[in-house]
Amino acid sequence: MNAQQPTSLFQRALVMEAVKQSFVKLDPRILMRNPVMFTVEVGTAVMLVVSLWVLFGGGGSQGTLGYNIAIFLLLFLTLLFANFAEAIAEARGKAQANSLRKTREETPAKVVGADGKITLRSSSDLRKGDVFVCEAGDLIATDGEIIEGLASIDESAITGESAPVIREAGGDKSSVTGGTKVLSDRVKVRVTNEPGESFLDRMIALVEGASRQKTPNEIALTILLAGFTLVFIIVCVTLQPFAGYANATVTIAALVSLFVCLIPTTIGGLLSAIGIAGMDRALRANVITKSGKAVETAGDIDVLLLDKTGTITIGNRKATAFHPAAGVDRNMFIRSCVLGSLADETPEGKSILELAGADVTRGLSLDGAELIKFTAETRSSGVDMPNGQRIRKGAQDAMKRLAERAGNNVPSDVDTEVKRIASNGGTPLVVAENDRIFGCIELQDIIKPGISERFERLRKMGVKTVMVTGDNPLTAKFIAQKAGVDDYIAEATPEDKMAYIKKEQQSGRLVAMMGDGTNDAPALAQADVGVAMNSGTAPAKEAGNMVDLDNDPTKLIEIVEIGKQLLMTRGTLTTFSIANDVAKYFAIVPALFIASIPALQGLNIMHLSSPESAILSAVIFNALIIPALIPLALKGVAYKPIGASAILRRNLMIYGVGGLIVPFIGIKAIDLVVSLFI
Amino acid sequence: MMNTELFGIVTMFMVALLLAIPLGRYIARVYSGERSLLDLVMGPLERLFFRASGIDSKREMDWKEHLKVLLTINMVWFLWAMFVLTNQGWLPWNPDGNPSMSADLAFNTAISFVVNCNLQHYSGESGATYFSQIFGLMFLQFVSAGTGMAAAAMVFNALKQRTAAKLGNFYDYFLKSMTRVLLPISLVVAVLLMFNGTPQTVEGKDSIVTLQGDSVQVSRGPVAGFVAIKHLGTNGGGYYGANSAHPLENPSYFTNMVEMVAQLIIPFAMVFALGFYLKRKRFAWMVFGVMTVGFLLLAVPNIIMEVNGNPNITAMGIDQTTGAMEGKEVRFGAAASGFWSIVTTVISTGSVNAMHDSTMPLSGMNELLAMMTNAFYGGAGVGILNFFVFIVLAVFISGLMVGRTPEFMGKKIEAREMKIAMIIALLHPFLILTGTALAAYGITHTPDHAWLNNPGSHGFSEMLYEYTSASANNGSGFEGLGDNTPWWNISTGIILLLSRFLPIIGPLAIAGLLAQKKYIPESAGTLKTDTGTFGVVVFAVIAIVAALSFFPALALGPIAEYLSF
Repeated sequence: MNAQQPTSLFQRALVMEAVKQSFVKLDPRILMRNPVMFTVEVGTAVMLVVSLWVLFGGGGSQGTLGYNIAIFLLLFLTLLFANFAEAIAEARGKAQANSLRKTREETPAKVVGADGKITLRSSSDLRKGDVFVCEAGDLIATDGEIIEGLASIDESAITGESAPVIREAGGDKSSVTGGTKVLSDRVKVRVTNEPGESFLDRMIALVEGASRQKTPNEIALTILLAGFTLVFIIVCVTLQPFAGYANATVTIAALVSLFVCLIPTTIGGLLSAIGIAGMDRALRANVITKSGKAVETAGDIDVLLLDKTGTITIGNRKATAFHPAAGVDRNMFIRSCVLGSLADETPEGKSILELAGADVTRGLSLDGAELIKFTAETRSSGVDMPNGQRIRKGAQDAMKRLAERAGNNVPSDVDTEVKRIASNGGTPLVVAENDRIFGCIELQDIIKPGISERFERLRKMGVKTVMVTGDNPLTAKFIAQKAGVDDYIAEATPEDKMAYIKKEQQSGRLVAMMGDGTNDAPALAQADVGVAMNSGTAPAKEAGNMVDLDNDPTKLIEIVEIGKQLLMTRGTLTTFSIANDVAKYFAIVPALFIASIPALQGLNIMHLSSPESAILSAVIFNALIIPALIPLALKGVAYKPIGASAILRRNLMIYGVGGLIVPFIGIKAIDLVVSLFI
Repeated sequence: MMNTELFGIVTMFMVALLLAIPLGRYIARVYSGERSLLDLVMGPLERLFFRASGIDSKREMDWKEHLKVLLTINMVWFLWAMFVLTNQGWLPWNPDGNPSMSADLAFNTAISFVVNCNLQHYSGESGATYFSQIFGLMFLQFVSAGTGMAAAAMVFNALKQRTAAKLGNFYDYFLKSMTRVLLPISLVVAVLLMFNGTPQTVEGKDSIVTLQGDSVQVSRGPVAGFVAIKHLGTNGGGYYGANSAHPLENPSYFTNMVEMVAQLIIPFAMVFALGFYLKRKRFAWMVFGVMTVGFLLLAVPNIIMEVNGNPNITAMGIDQTTGAMEGKEVRFGAAASGFWSIVTTVISTGSVNAMHDSTMPLSGMNELLAMMTNAFYGGAGVGILNFFVFIVLAVFISGLMVGRTPEFMGKKIEAREMKIAMIIALLHPFLILTGTALAAYGITHTPDHAWLNNPGSHGFSEMLYEYTSASANNGSGFEGLGDNTPWWNISTGIILLLSRFLPIIGPLAIAGLLAQKKYIPESAGTLKTDTGTFGVVVFAVIAIVAALSFFPALALGPIAEYLSF
């Protein structure tokens, strides 16, 4: 799957499937879950009975057969539209998840038996605890954990990232995902999930509705909608005796139409589609959620814990400047630095070569030199050249000791430079040649471009960002300030993270964090939203409630926005749905009583042509508005971090005032067409 | 003359507002248990009461205990009132020899006064005695107002920035509402009324000889004290049948002003008390602003319509420069009567100084709407409870609209609170519409129920008004309805009970549940509830719930009448 590939809202195959499902979902047992649409179904059934009654000669005062059948068909269509909204959302989510799942179905796996023999079994037969072998060129059959060996793996099928990644036994990089491909080497993998229980399987089940539970917020909203439905049951039932008092005959068709128009069918029909679409949007962002609730909670997050490395800064520290000591030739110094780093495979070492430039590095070689590896004891590394030159680089205190043992002093200008670098959040690397200190290299964290704008955006949403780093407090503070995060945890241990999360939660805040290591697992479980990286260990993935397939730490920001969008879409469509009722009243109420109280013509402010066409127009509008809003329900209302009150004003204007005006125009327009036929 | 009338109205409103702000501060101090003005006088009295009754006023209660106490003492009062009313004939202080009430009338009257509604299907002059007026009805006017205020005090306590199950002591809140607020202020009001001609005596009828030389019997009694608490406690039950249109109950424009200010002051002050108590003055002003906008939208058209008079009467060539004066008192005039008609209906007072039956059709609609919304100012204590339910609904909808799980005062609003809020919001239309539907069915199928004075739309309005008044615990009548029959006595009695106690239980339960939740500090993403924008949402929720539930009924009643003019 590729996250970037745009999927059109209504693909042909998906639409066909959704249409089929729209009929399947008419089953009252399924529709019961949605009280609003269930009452519409009851109304539809009533209209079917009335139509048959009229057909067989009864119901003298119930209007013409054609009129009754038209109302019946329109209500039926309303139901289908609502079902279609849910079905299309499901179909899209399912298609998305299926394309992920397909890659790993029926992949053969070389299973290692108890006796060490290798047998070929299908991936669907693999049980938790089975061990299988993967060699270069093999597809990994299912999610698992490497227990032996190291391999480079192409995860592009899952993440869309083409660069291969290294996975090895032990540590935090031991997890592999089904459907990815081993490029080199050979690993033994232990299966971590029973078949059908991997994250993807759970996700698919969620989307399909088999295990989809209503989220707390959805339940509360359903109560609100059920309440409004009840109000209108009361209104419509009492209308009958009121009409009796006023000597008006109200047809069943008119009463049922009034009822269906007044109850919030728009939001009732779109509610579950909105929820599914939220999970689907998360999946499109390459995040697998374990429950719909997690997405919703993400919208409420108050505190966001982010790792410094990879999230706030680009990878690791980089060399940014050479500072030779007084009296040392700059070029000579750079040359020594390069020699000392040529064999250094660490990112810092490589960045020194980068900073020096290809011109300097090209002419140098380490032929015949002896490499001195970094040890915890010397805390320095370097090289002994064949010409006797001994180059060392390392932390300041280690190099100082080295120089002093040989009777050399630390040049004062190097000393001041070192202090300046440290106080600026950088890391000084002191370089010595033959035990004499020559100067220092400045290493700095490179803050990702645009990251402080993203934090600003989060701040406007009301989310506090916290940087988690192993750096010392001084460096941490400097980077935190520069990146614009609100707080930081320096020299962080997993326990520190856990304590921080608990502290924030105790004061009532919701905390989100991202992690990958096994030692992050408790904190991931403790956090209200724990996002485990797909590259992380199985315990980490188990502990979190979302898995990010891209291993991208900035993903949390997107997840928060997806959560907010989800709630906003529900809120705005509810407002729209209820505001619509005003116009529908003005269409239907005069139509009900105009025969007995002609004065009520004054309420017919839309000047609809006849009572029948007024009622038909309102019902048609009510039905059509559902499919018209499906795209909005699936895409979600745009979220802008402009502060809660400003968003409220904006949405009130668009969906509240809009919801008042649109149906007046819509019903009038439909009436103009309908009146041509009756 | 017009300007003088307008000046009178504005003065009444402003005086009430200016008195209500310091009173609100004072009430907040009283409920917080801080030192206040009347400590010296009332402190010993309260301590004596608690010692004598064995009640521990320091023991904090959770919301369920509050409700248990509230319902129990109300039950006792109801039984006491039933006893007094059905036995008043032989009880003392009955100089005019009025008879005891019939069981169904006593049931209706007792409930009506217990629930602070004061729907009166009797006339005080002949239907009650001095004993029952003082120890039955006036007593209930005090304690029912105190009940509402004490319930509101618990809700204030529950909305504090903390997590707690124990929310103060109900007896303490209740007694202090009586001794610190209702008794002292009604004393002042009663004295003002007495000095302006309202009687206060236990002697029987007086007989005077009129200018025409006829001898007339004039009912007297402990009127001033009764009328004071009738307004201050937003009860509205008149001493006389004609209520505040009666010349002894409301003798002059000045007493009219006093009575007007008296009924406005506690509902106003409770809003400000909330602000002072929670130290959220902006929030209090938002609430007051929404209430005032709703109030003005109803009151201003009424004043205009009543001042302009009935076009059909003008067409008959009758001078209407003084406005639509049918059913009005000359000493108050059309403007002040129009104003009063909305004040008494938005607040659950229900006292009248003119006949609502005779107001213009759309004025009648506004009076109905005032009671249907039942949230602009509202009754003593309970007004703010009703408004609280709408706030919960508005918080929920607007919380969703800004993409955050809804929270109010740092507490999350979840399914349970929504369920309760929705039931309470549903109850009002349910009671009004079902009651009216049953009555409409009854009158259609057995036309010999001669309930209605008028046929057609106006008759429909009379029935709708009676149930609306009962369900809003208002107590005013549209009149024209023969309502002292078992059907009306019992059906409105049941509605009164349900519509009084469920809307107290609901908000108390929501507040109690919220108080137990974790307090979430505000962040930039939190929706501020003290802004104009949020006020608009609250107003929209109130307007839409009322408009959507009652539109068809109003269309058949006052709107049809208006359009048929």
